Amino acid sequence: MNMKTWWLAFVGALAVLVLIALSIARMYGPARPAPTGEAPAASTPSTPKETAHITATLFFGAPDGQMLVPVRRDVALADTVAEQGRQILNAQLSEIPEAPNVSVIPAGTKLRAFYVTERGDAFVDLSSDVITGHPGGSLNELLTVYAIVDAVTANLPAARRVQILVDGKEADTIAGHVDLRRPLSRDDSLVRDADEK
Amino acid sequence: MRSPTQASPSGKAVRRRSSFVAALILAFVTTTSGQDPAPASPLTLVSRDARRAIPTSIQNGREVVALDDLANLFQLSVKEDALAGGVTVAYRGRTIVASTDRPIVSVEGRVVSLPAPMIRSGRRWLVPIEFISSALAPIYDQRIELRRASRLVILGDVRLPRVTASIDSAGPPTRATIEITPAAAVAVSADSGRMLVKIDADGLDFSASAMSGLIDRIRVGDQPNTVVVDTNGAGRATVTTANNVARVLIEVASTATSELKAPTPAPTPAPPSETPIPDPRALIAATRTWQTIVIDPGHGGDDVGVRSAKGVEEKQLTLDIARRLRGMVESRLGLRVILTRDDDRALGLDERAAVANNGKANLLISLHVNGSRVPDTSGAEVFHLQLDRQSAEFVRAATSEGASLPTIGGTVRRLDLIPWDLAQARHLDESSVLATVLQEELQRQIPMSPHPVRQGPMRVLAAANMPAALVEVAYLTNPQQESRLATDDFKTSVAQAVFSAIVRFRTWSEDSQGQ
Repeated sequence: MNMKTWWLAFVGALAVLVLIALSIARMYGPARPAPTGEAPAASTPSTPKETAHITATLFFGAPDGQMLVPVRRDVALADTVAEQGRQILNAQLSEIPEAPNVSVIPAGTKLRAFYVTERGDAFVDLSSDVITGHPGGSLNELLTVYAIVDAVTANLPAARRVQILVDGKEADTIAGHVDLRRPLSRDDSLVRDADEK
Repeated sequence: MRSPTQASPSGKAVRRRSSFVAALILAFVTTTSGQDPAPASPLTLVSRDARRAIPTSIQNGREVVALDDLANLFQLSVKEDALAGGVTVAYRGRTIVASTDRPIVSVEGRVVSLPAPMIRSGRRWLVPIEFISSALAPIYDQRIELRRASRLVILGDVRLPRVTASIDSAGPPTRATIEITPAAAVAVSADSGRMLVKIDADGLDFSASAMSGLIDRIRVGDQPNTVVVDTNGAGRATVTTANNVARVLIEVASTATSELKAPTPAPTPAPPSETPIPDPRALIAATRTWQTIVIDPGHGGDDVGVRSAKGVEEKQLTLDIARRLRGMVESRLGLRVILTRDDDRALGLDERAAVANNGKANLLISLHVNGSRVPDTSGAEVFHLQLDRQSAEFVRAATSEGASLPTIGGTVRRLDLIPWDLAQARHLDESSVLATVLQEELQRQIPMSPHPVRQGPMRVLAAANMPAALVEVAYLTNPQQESRLATDDFKTSVAQAVFSAIVRFRTWSEDSQGQ
């Protein structure tokens, strides 16, 4: 083996050692964010590389407090049905309607979890603020419940019915009137048409 | 190149051969393309004006319909977007965008799934027939309903109930059931050898299974809304309605041995008279004698209900009004009145229904005071139960299939297996009447909401095994109504109105019983 060959072998072996060391450091080192292009973790807000949106229909209380009114809002496009549902519900729970429409969701209500079964039953798990902050009344409660049910079913074709959970558990009612023990189907009878006054 | 003038004498024969070959090729092309799409029987579009065929074909195992056929029938415009490789279907400014690469369409910006992508076939665009119900119906200004089983597309306000006829037992006596969904008014007349079932509808979506025993055939009559039962004996019919399904139960006995005599024919020939079947609600009412009603003062204990800005609580008002109402009913009607709570204590919603069920009450009225985020909202509202679609289907299945228990006498007793917490399902029609009567009486005494009668999945009503309604008497969040709620005059007016409704509803039940 002449000197040139020896050098080449030495440099090659060094490169291999460096690569192995880097791989080990990568395996045992601190976690890194998922590479771009992969789905974001379910618990973190979606931050897609491109600002793609869908136009979702959210539901607010009509100015007279008697019905729901559908309102179109841009919501970030998500990779999965469940993530899309979370984006829509977070918007439904947190968006402040433009006057004269009113919110029908108690302030501070947060989405704890959302998932859809293969049968088309969606489960919306809300924080207990939805109960503690609810002002009561049958109509108020119907509007709260169906704003959520209709927001899911109007925007996600995969969801046919919605069961509302509170703090991860089945709830009887929110304010003592509307039965939440079973999944509820969309009810357009509480929704006022855009051109209806 | 040979010009036409240079044609040989045998040119005609050559041309004939060429034409024959061309025809063969055309036939081959037609045959090969005929394998895909294979012809399917057309759908029928039913509207108030006419019935028209919607041609369909089979592509890749899916039934498809051409967009241009739909465009002609529904006045749609179809524009091809060559750049995007799809089409835009428009109706009065509302649009559907479809493409050939994905089994989805965008309906007014909302993504809707189809069982298969759109297909291009020559110059035509073919879509799965589900496009009609999933994409076209949402943008159309009239109701469109696709009924695959009966191959119908219903357009607009056409009353075309599904009518199914089947034999329950060959007998004798032979028993059959005709089911009408959604329920419609039914009149049955019996004649020698046949029964005529007239249904209040524009037409019938009819199907019947094979007949046996003393029933030869059940078929659509000469009028599009009639069903004829051809019998070999004397028949009688009873009609029941539950969960928006009307059932005509037919029993035909042998004329020679039957205890069921056919109606005596009129001495002189006359057109067969149609004997209206009593309202099924009358049959329910007939089994009861009014003794007890239950009044449920909403909320209580820690559950204060709505609280006004001045600190007035719903639970106090409901108990106050309930006590006034109890006094009126007991003193004027002599009925027993049970309050679900007679003090300020918490009570579960199931316990409230259980009080009514255990007390074998004829009526449950739950009293509440409403709240709104909008201070101007005012007026009384009456709620009755609305069953979720799946619960309704569950109850319908339970009542139609039920269970049978043998009895000591050798007969069989039929049971309806309804979950206890859906007991109200048996009383939806009566409760609807009750809600209407309550609304009419309340509006004589107090201001009503613009939506005075509503339906909803109200928990306290669901388990009540009797006619039941929930009354929200006023809005405590409205300052004027809050002031009025504090007065004896208003609370007595509410109690008086509910009392009057109870009197009217009881009379209606008794009248129904007498029919």
